[in-house]
Amino acid sequence: MSKDIVLSIKGVDRTYVDEDGGAVEALRGINLDIKRGEFVSIIGSSGCGKTTLLRLIAGLDAPEAGSIALEGEPITGTDPHRGYVFQQGSLFPWLTVEKNIASGLVARGVYREQKADVARYIELIGLQGFEKAYPHQISGGMAQRVAIARALINRPSALLLDEPMGALDSFTRADIQDKLLELWRKNATTMLLVTHVVDEAIYLSDRIVIMTPRPGKISEILDVKMEHPRHRGGPAFLSLRRDILEKLNLASAAPQPEYII
Amino acid sequence: MNIFSLEKRSAIPPLLKQGRASKRRVSNAGFLLLSLLSVAGFVAAIFINRLFPQIAEVKISAYAIGAFPDLSINQAYQIVLGGLILLYIGIAVFSFFDEARREQFIKRVPFRFAIGLALALWDVLGTKLQSLPQPFFPGPAKIIESFLMEGPYIWQNTLYSLRLFAVGFLVGVAFGVGTGILIGWFPKVYYWVYPVLKITGVIPAVAWMPFALTLFPTPFLAAAFLIVICAWFPVAFLTAQGIQSTPKVHFEVARTLGAKTPYLVFRVAIPHALPQIFTGISTANAYAFTTLVMSEMMGQPGGLGYYINASKVWSAYYKVFAAIIVMAILFSLIMKGMGMLQNHVLRWQRGLVK
Ligand SMILES: Nc1ncnc2c1ncn2[C@@H]1O[C@H](COP(=O)(O)OP(=O)(O)O)[C@@H](O)[C@H]1O
Ligand SMILES: [Mg+2]
Repeated sequence: MSKDIVLSIKGVDRTYVDEDGGAVEALRGINLDIKRGEFVSIIGSSGCGKTTLLRLIAGLDAPEAGSIALEGEPITGTDPHRGYVFQQGSLFPWLTVEKNIASGLVARGVYREQKADVARYIELIGLQGFEKAYPHQISGGMAQRVAIARALINRPSALLLDEPMGALDSFTRADIQDKLLELWRKNATTMLLVTHVVDEAIYLSDRIVIMTPRPGKISEILDVKMEHPRHRGGPAFLSLRRDILEKLNLASAAPQPEYII
Repeated sequence: MNIFSLEKRSAIPPLLKQGRASKRRVSNAGFLLLSLLSVAGFVAAIFINRLFPQIAEVKISAYAIGAFPDLSINQAYQIVLGGLILLYIGIAVFSFFDEARREQFIKRVPFRFAIGLALALWDVLGTKLQSLPQPFFPGPAKIIESFLMEGPYIWQNTLYSLRLFAVGFLVGVAFGVGTGILIGWFPKVYYWVYPVLKITGVIPAVAWMPFALTLFPTPFLAAAFLIVICAWFPVAFLTAQGIQSTPKVHFEVARTLGAKTPYLVFRVAIPHALPQIFTGISTANAYAFTTLVMSEMMGQPGGLGYYINASKVWSAYYKVFAAIIVMAILFSLIMKGMGMLQNHVLRWQRGLVK
């Protein structure tokens, strides 16, 4: 195993028991290696186990079989080295923007030493002037930027993003995508993004992992060999997109709107 | 990038202020007129008191109070009315410069006017004609006589009540929050303590009075204990509920950020529970007033409840009314203070919930 593998997932299974006592195979035999500083997207229809996989990596849940290791260390629980951004509504409503971002520092007991970082991250996400606003006073896009900053302030070696832009309109979404690329380049954080939007995956990632449901497994991994910034209407972009839609069995029918942009 | 700058322009203050926007504007002259109207009722009450002939045979006593060697109860009543007039003029001036406060003030004008007229009517029926059943319904001047007669004594009893309330209520709330957190956090504690809380919680605290009086060395401690129990129940109940209803995602976020248990309890669960804790505290507040007065009436050496009881024995109903007025003022002030504290602590909710 080469040294620049940050995250290594081997033979991971996870089965849930649903309300009627039936077994739901959320993940079966997942194998995936992620290199340091890589931007990987996971795409697939809803219910194919994307969130389950991300939660296992975060240490919020444990697999029945297989192993997950970060930097060679098996994952046994949550760790600030693996940042996690939830889909929406995950900011603490009782804290201001500033305090939400600082909460990672407070939780680790390093607030006093690293206080200065808060202002830096507020600037990085372009939210100067909103330090003292409460979550319900800012837009959904701003809130997601705060959630990203809050995870990044811990300087994680990997950032896990579970459809962080799922609830946003396409303008705001494009905006955050650029912000994310910028942060990725600046911090050299390994990014693992769950999305159901093909264009987003192509626009951002080095590799795209395609998953299929019941049981949730990886059906294919595609390399994206395009320079940044990528042109969403360029020929390479469009041909890759057609490819992926085909793999998702969506090419023949009119493409479903949820997979676009 | 343009989206960022757009968002930045919509600054926070208007969002923060949204609840206070005014519907209609009132001209300065109009406001002045309404201010006068709000005190006009009290002015009328003064005139009635001075000019209406004393028809019924009522002794109008006089007392030596401070600078006044011979202050009649009618004069004292007029001074109180004058004080109210000054108070409302003060509020009018204070409200003049703020649109939202102006509106608040204007809304209350008819009510204040009516209160003034009601006082005048009461004065006529209660004192001038004395056509209300006596001694149960004395006129307003007679009630004020209690303060001239034994103001310091009333004050002493007020302090007694205040101290008893403060001790019982604060300990009860602290105790309630503490047990609420334990019940909400630890399933074991929930299992064993919650049913006890539910059963004992429905019993009015004063029912424990006989035990309290024998268990505690002083009546003060016994009554404080009763107030503690009555405040404890709603606070513990709602604190536990608030802790338990914390969305899982908040805990998960905190854990991925590196939080350990103390952070999860004190910086996630408790902040989330705060709105409910405050609901519990205001319920406890109302219970505590009731328990306070009832236990004072049942065996305390002092307090407003005691004063009411002692006055009733002598059929001095005007003193009963005096104590009730003091209670109304005192309890309203306490409620107001609690409300302000709550608004401050829960300022993050402003605009979030109606
Ligand atoms: N806690 C749970 N209990 C039972 N079933 C679950 C649970 N979480 C997820 N599942 C099931 O596992 C499958 C995968 O879920 P999930 O990982 O959330 O999918 P995705 O994020 O790709 O939409 C779904 O069929 C879902 O219903
Ligand atoms: Mg999901």
